[in-house]
Amino acid sequence: MAVRMKPVDVALVGGGATAAILGKELAEAGYSVVALERGRMRRTVPDFQSPYMHDELKYSVRHALMQDPSTQTLTFRNFVGQKALPMRQLGSFLPGTGVGGAMVHWNGQTWRFQPESFVLRSWVNERYGEDFLPDDLTIQDWGITYDELEPHYDFFEKICGTAGIAGNVRGDIHEGGNPFEGPRSDAYPNPPMKQAYAGALFEDAATDLGYHPFPVPSSNVTRHYTNPYGAKFQPCMYCGFCETYGCEHFAKASPQVAILPFALANDNFELRPHCYVTRIEWDRGSNEATGVTYIDSRGREIFQPANMVALCAFAHHNVVLMLNSGIGTPYDPVTGEGTVGRNYTYQTMSGASVFYPPEVRLNPFMGAGALGTAIDDFNTGSFDHSELGFVGGAYIAAYTTSGRPIHRHPVPEGTPRWGAEWKKAVQRHYNSTATLTVHGSSMPHRGNYIGLDPTYTDAFGQPLGMITFDFPHNDRLMSRYVTGKAWDIARAMGGEQISVGWLDDHYSIVPYQTTHNTGGAIMGTDPTKSVVNKFLQSWDLHNLWVMGACVFPQNAGYNPTDTVGALAYWAVDHMINDYLPDPRPLVPT
Amino acid sequence: MDKLSRRNLFKVAGGAGAAAAVPHGFTVRKAEAQTGVEAPVVAPSESSAAPAHAGHDDVLFFFTTEEARFVEAAVDRLIPADEEWPGAVWAGVVNFLDRQLAGAYGAGARMYLEGPWELGVSQQGYQLPYTPAELFRIGIQEVRDWLAEHEGETEFWDLSVSRQIEILQMLEAGAIPLPSMPSSVLFETLLATTVEGWFADPAYGGNREMVSWRMIGFPGAYAQYVDLVTEYGRPYERPPMSMAEVARSHDHHGKH
Ligand SMILES: Cc1cc2nc3c(=O)[nH]c(=O)nc-3n(C[C@H](O)[C@H](O)[C@H](O)COP(=O)(O)OP(=O)(O)OC[C@H]3O[C@@H](n4cnc5c(N)ncnc54)[C@H](O)[C@@H]3O)c2cc1C
Ligand code: SF4
Repeated sequence: MAVRMKPVDVALVGGGATAAILGKELAEAGYSVVALERGRMRRTVPDFQSPYMHDELKYSVRHALMQDPSTQTLTFRNFVGQKALPMRQLGSFLPGTGVGGAMVHWNGQTWRFQPESFVLRSWVNERYGEDFLPDDLTIQDWGITYDELEPHYDFFEKICGTAGIAGNVRGDIHEGGNPFEGPRSDAYPNPPMKQAYAGALFEDAATDLGYHPFPVPSSNVTRHYTNPYGAKFQPCMYCGFCETYGCEHFAKASPQVAILPFALANDNFELRPHCYVTRIEWDRGSNEATGVTYIDSRGREIFQPANMVALCAFAHHNVVLMLNSGIGTPYDPVTGEGTVGRNYTYQTMSGASVFYPPEVRLNPFMGAGALGTAIDDFNTGSFDHSELGFVGGAYIAAYTTSGRPIHRHPVPEGTPRWGAEWKKAVQRHYNSTATLTVHGSSMPHRGNYIGLDPTYTDAFGQPLGMITFDFPHNDRLMSRYVTGKAWDIARAMGGEQISVGWLDDHYSIVPYQTTHNTGGAIMGTDPTKSVVNKFLQSWDLHNLWVMGACVFPQNAGYNPTDTVGALAYWAVDHMINDYLPDPRPLVPT
Repeated sequence: MDKLSRRNLFKVAGGAGAAAAVPHGFTVRKAEAQTGVEAPVVAPSESSAAPAHAGHDDVLFFFTTEEARFVEAAVDRLIPADEEWPGAVWAGVVNFLDRQLAGAYGAGARMYLEGPWELGVSQQGYQLPYTPAELFRIGIQEVRDWLAEHEGETEFWDLSVSRQIEILQMLEAGAIPLPSMPSSVLFETLLATTVEGWFADPAYGGNREMVSWRMIGFPGAYAQYVDLVTEYGRPYERPPMSMAEVARSHDHHGKH
């Protein structure tokens, strides 16, 4: 029999980015909140300090900060009918574990989605005609507009101390920023990062080709800065140990730097580490969540009663928890019916390398997680798709994020993979290779979804989540097109040789691509086609809320966290002002 | 410290085939610079003998002597010494692998190791029931058995360098039929972990004297470039730093 804890107003599943936001805001509004985090407590001091943080083997290769697959993993297959097999080691994506979640080891690349993204189906239909989208591309509108979300983007960027040049402030296009972004109510709170040499070479080439380069907006903060909560940031040192590492300098916006201390200062907020949530409990009579069940560090099963539950456990964990708790109707890829697991999407990554002669030293180790120069001329709303047969797009960036050599020792195509020639090539090219990233959108496809695996179970005996995913034809066309543009820029950058990394034939769970898993518990206007309404409130249980990128109906050609954070602020605003004073479905069905 | 470029210190008489030949000066200079005490000169190992590490580096925690000889010959082909720079054997990659396999990584910590087992397709990743330690142990034995059958009674480490390369290429291509695993899986694991040992912090035992970092010009654990990042094209000349050194210097400051 489960141990029963004292009831609280709100139980948060997870202790990462979105849990920190909800914890801070709800506790301040006077509600008792407990955040249940499966991992351990972590603080900048002592957990992220040098020299031990600068250990590529431990953090980037052996994944010290990330989810342990021996406790919980996913199974994977490319298509319905294939046998799904467990992801036995982390690869394609690296979910976090421990207080702060994945926003401890994120890069800090802070992108807003374009206004078109939020109304994608309507926008495409209107612009390219009702017949443009094939039937199996299940693109949907989000139910929210860019304008509704904009104030929350603005606030989240201020919380993160985001650094950049605004391209569009209230409709005024600013030189040096991204002219393709939606209108902003304010500039970034901090000036942009310095530009690395690779970025400068990219900028020259892109400008010559008529594109519009700008520094990537970064939450690697560029000066001493105090955020609206009072959190003090230090300037980024361009240390080169950023993504997959915690920041030792209080420069990267992580929950522990930017938000958590201010949540923890409030007696209404409790952060309980070592609590592995296995189920959301709910009352089938009243259709309300009653709390959550978790396993504590001693292996005991505990029930935490709560008047309201918010899932903040990272994209696919939220979906798997819903499926394992029997909430909502699981998506069925054969009939196309059901909602939970629907519209799972990812990110369509490709790239190019420019090999310069050895005299051109790019010093790749002088990097930061979001240090880069980009163009956005080929993202969804930036260009005309009518003759191209696909929707979506990508940004192209020259990032200088890492010269850490286990993972980064570029050699030109045709170099042997090992032996004397390989070694010479590594030596020659290590310091003089620029890398272009093509960071592409991912459109939902009828066959791609998250379900429960019929065979494999986690350490607690529950079914593993099962991902069925391959890149839809649409995304292949998009990726080919934009990667071709990156190739043009690479050629214009004047290196000796170029290698282009096209999208693979099939999605593979093995090589790291991005931790930008999206969809599965999507937001929308139609309860038969979405899991949560435009306020991120469950259609099925009105006191259950879902945070994170799992609510994206499709993924844009950008990193997700700015949108994840903005949506969390948007949702918590509505919880506090509309819902908690009078709990009910905020959108009638 | 010394103005001499590290490259010159690594210039080696003799061809690339003479594995792991390193001039005497290197280790001495290094030790002097740090402690002011002359350390014993480490003799360059002859051909592919065991890595000439002083102290406890000769102790094997996981490999049997024969496994170590096998792995040593293999990593010597994967990252060989050349005229300028020593290779993986000199750098201690065998010890790195030995320690990794003796520890949590070898035991498959942080791997999902529940059955049922099916090979699946390459997009689904590693699907063998072995921990990395088991993979190495079983794989090496099976390659040795295969060699005994196909090359007479010859061990891998006794083959000519060119034949060793051919055997590794066959393993890489999956062309050697091993009873328990695709040979390519063994090869890819060996290659990946060899590269890890070669480039990881020397504290792990495999990038001795930061040899790989000096070769490419990576500064290691040192990590503040806020003022240098915009000095385009300027060579970074400060010698690299390992975690062990930084930790030692913290310790040193702590005592004063
Ligand atoms: C290497 C890397 C680089 C990235 N770089 C960028 C970037 O540059 N830009 C960008 O926009 N995004 C980036 N991201 C993505 C970013 O980290 C996520 O978007 C963000 O952290 C999501 O916030 P979240 O609250 O949904 O999940 P998280 O911050 O991951 O928090 C989820 C928490 O829930 C916990 N949890 C999960 N399951 C359970 C359970 N059953 N019980 C209890 N607790 C549980 C986890 O341990 C975790 O702490 C990156 C991610 C990675 C891994
Ligand atoms: S690059 Fe900057 S933000 Fe990233 S870890 Fe280093 S100091 Fe922190």
